Amino acid sequence: MERGDFFFLIISKYLYKVFLMDAVSNLDAAFSALADPTRRTILARLAKGEATVTELAAPFEMTQPAISQHLKVLEDAGLVACRVDGTKRPRRLARAGVDAMDQWLAMLRKALERNYDRLDEVLASMEKQKRGEKR
Amino acid sequence: MSKMTLQTEGDTHIVVTRRFAAPPEAVYRAHTDPKLVQKWMLGPEGWTMPVCISEAKPGGKIRYEWSNGKGARFHVTGEYLELEPYSRLVHVERMHLPDTTPDNHVETSFDPEGTGTLMTMRMTLPDAQTRAAMLATGMERGMEASYVRLEGMI
Repeated sequence: MERGDFFFLIISKYLYKVFLMDAVSNLDAAFSALADPTRRTILARLAKGEATVTELAAPFEMTQPAISQHLKVLEDAGLVACRVDGTKRPRRLARAGVDAMDQWLAMLRKALERNYDRLDEVLASMEKQKRGEKR
Repeated sequence: MSKMTLQTEGDTHIVVTRRFAAPPEAVYRAHTDPKLVQKWMLGPEGWTMPVCISEAKPGGKIRYEWSNGKGARFHVTGEYLELEPYSRLVHVERMHLPDTTPDNHVETSFDPEGTGTLMTMRMTLPDAQTRAAMLATGMERGMEASYVRLEGMI
């Protein structure tokens, strides 16, 4: 795997772990497919573009049938779509998959905005304290 | 006042800006004093930072540990490279998930603007492909006026 791929997978894992963890466990059946780390990694890979089962299986210590099983869950959930290209069946993110990614990123943005809103509060209390000391 | 921006720069940079209603000295301290960092760098509701080490000197260690109180934890380690109180910070950091990510180089500047501060955080990612991958999933889409990024969370 290229370094960039590795980094992206880690980042994806991180994002899900930190920012979706609570949400994932609470999401309804439509999103239960996302509750599995292998499937989330597959989605993260597909977010970069189409890939074959062989390519998707590469980062995992798993057989292709095992990966295919995960792909079936994702396809049934409407997250992944498949097209026919000769003997190949490349997979891509379906609309629902894109929405899921966007949702995850929106949560990330929100979490980071929360950080800075909190920092505003910290700064305000620092200012208040400073004024108090001067008095 | 509170609008964030995110822009790409060159092949490997992401630049984030945010304005604060406090002078650079205060914003700088809030980024380096562990007792202050612990109060805001928390991500989503419910997460806390039980361990926060920030040795604000060249070569000084950074270690942030987060917990959601339900058994989920992860941490970041790093080192300060350059410090110019109260205008500029350069540090390197990596996440442990527990797999370790490649080093991320972050330069943060704090410029006076009126009575407040303009913070500019420039992140340097390992390569163009990494950045492309990070932005590919939609972060860039319609995001001129919104803020993202991994590293803020870090």
